[in-house]
Amino acid sequence: MNAMSHTTGGNAYNFGFLDEYAKKEIRRAVLKAIAIPGYQVPYASREMPMGRGFGTGGLQLTLALIGPGEVVKVIDQGSDDSVNAVNLRQFIEMTCPGVSTTTRTAEASLIQSRHRIPERPLTPTQILVLQVPYPDPLVVVEPSEDKRKIMHGEADYSRLLVKLYEDIVQFDEITISHRYPTRINGHYVIDPSPIPRWDVPRLDHAAALTLFGAGREKKIYAVPPHTRAEPLAFSDVPFRVEDFRDAAGRRRACARCGCTDSFLDEFSSDAGEKVYQCSDTDWCDEKLLRKESLRGEAA
Amino acid sequence: MNKVLEVRNLSKIYGPGCPHCIESTGPEADTNLCPHCGSVVAIHDVSFDLFEGEILGVMGESGSGKSTVVKALYFDQAPSGGEAIFFDGDTQHELFALNAARQRWLRNHRFGMVYQNPNLGLNFNISAGGNIAERLLMSDLMDYGAIRERAKALLARTEVLLSRVDDLPKHFSGGMQQRVQIAKALATQPPLLFLDEVTTGLDLSVQARILDLILEIQQELKTAMVVVTHDLGVIRLLTGRAIVMKYGRVIETGLTDQILEDPQHAYTQRLVASAL
Repeated sequence: MNAMSHTTGGNAYNFGFLDEYAKKEIRRAVLKAIAIPGYQVPYASREMPMGRGFGTGGLQLTLALIGPGEVVKVIDQGSDDSVNAVNLRQFIEMTCPGVSTTTRTAEASLIQSRHRIPERPLTPTQILVLQVPYPDPLVVVEPSEDKRKIMHGEADYSRLLVKLYEDIVQFDEITISHRYPTRINGHYVIDPSPIPRWDVPRLDHAAALTLFGAGREKKIYAVPPHTRAEPLAFSDVPFRVEDFRDAAGRRRACARCGCTDSFLDEFSSDAGEKVYQCSDTDWCDEKLLRKESLRGEAA
Repeated sequence: MNKVLEVRNLSKIYGPGCPHCIESTGPEADTNLCPHCGSVVAIHDVSFDLFEGEILGVMGESGSGKSTVVKALYFDQAPSGGEAIFFDGDTQHELFALNAARQRWLRNHRFGMVYQNPNLGLNFNISAGGNIAERLLMSDLMDYGAIRERAKALLARTEVLLSRVDDLPKHFSGGMQQRVQIAKALATQPPLLFLDEVTTGLDLSVQARILDLILEIQQELKTAMVVVTHDLGVIRLLTGRAIVMKYGRVIETGLTDQILEDPQHAYTQRLVASAL
């Protein structure tokens, strides 16, 4: 391996900031994660020029996978314009010359995301990288990592289900809003990062590869394409996603594009009223554009 | 009668162990601490059989190794030697030769354990019903409605007020915690139940009701039980056969009545005499 050949012009940094050995290690961890769906592969998370907890796990995955000609999209809670997304995108542009960035889901070959899966179904040629704060779903019921590893190995997840039971007893439904424990390929249960429940069914038999990187916790795991992803539930109390109904039982629509089948964010307007808008800004823009072009044709 | 459990030469040594451990400990040496290497011979050469519907008593003073026996059989602590065979219908399981996953399966599906301290048997941060649900979920029952029904039925059976099914056990009295623990242990209707000092520390009327409950369960479900206690009253009331332990060794075995009326070993004689 000749690391020098990848250096960028007068810049002292290697292409993609990480040195080639670090990339190699991360790629090996990725291969292992794909081979054992849902298994948390430990890796030596590198020190990045930003705080751990700002998406360094996802960023390291992105930088290890990226090559010249790649089209990258970075989103934070569905938006391309929020602070975390903007900073990570700028960092990638700065350290990866020859790589282009986009806000269009359809155009991207590599999508790094914080807490959302894009609304538009991903294709087999796309890779989704999710930033993960807490990789282990068992951490809420078992403080010892040694014991958690044994529990994962034996697929012993009854204590997670007890939490669901307690939820139904207290609130008549499961109250987990994000980080919903999800069983991958019939064995390992993962913490799918803080994506809303809305996004969990879209991991199931997805066409694209989904990678999870936890920088602070030093773990990488994966949901390979066309793999079973089942949220934990009881046989008679099935898993359900957010329904976004108002008091009258009508499905709320996006205030901007009118979409009624996307995940909505709630805002307060200047008048103090609640306003709902698509969380995925690219999805919203696209809907709006289509609506306008239809109106243009009609006129 | 069908045999449920066959234990042979069970032993457990804490510490490095040395060739002199066995000969220099036991009732004759009057210690279970090896003077050569400092290891504790918690149990050595314990053998017994248990049959369907039978209650076997294990008695002895504290430190005699009686709890270690049930902890080894319930896979809480791996033994240093010996074997145990569990007869489950037509299949036999050699307990200490199984892998961890199989041991966990047996523990969850076929065994039950009631500890002296409800802290060990119950999770105090989840409701009484949740504790029973945990055990049912471990045995692969995945239907919420069915789990709820079973939990309520079990708590009713063990005389826990149904209005408290969703309360945390840490808010219960000691006797009630013990009854929740028994309900949890019985959740999967196990053919084999271990009871480790279940009535110690409870007041007499509560003790009597729990012992009644245990006898009723034995009659109803034909559950085989190993009862560990230092209380001769419990031994007399519950058990048909008993073994007496001292410094990790079995010093006397036989029918309970026989041991209590005509003890052979000097230690048993002292034990019985002191209780009367």
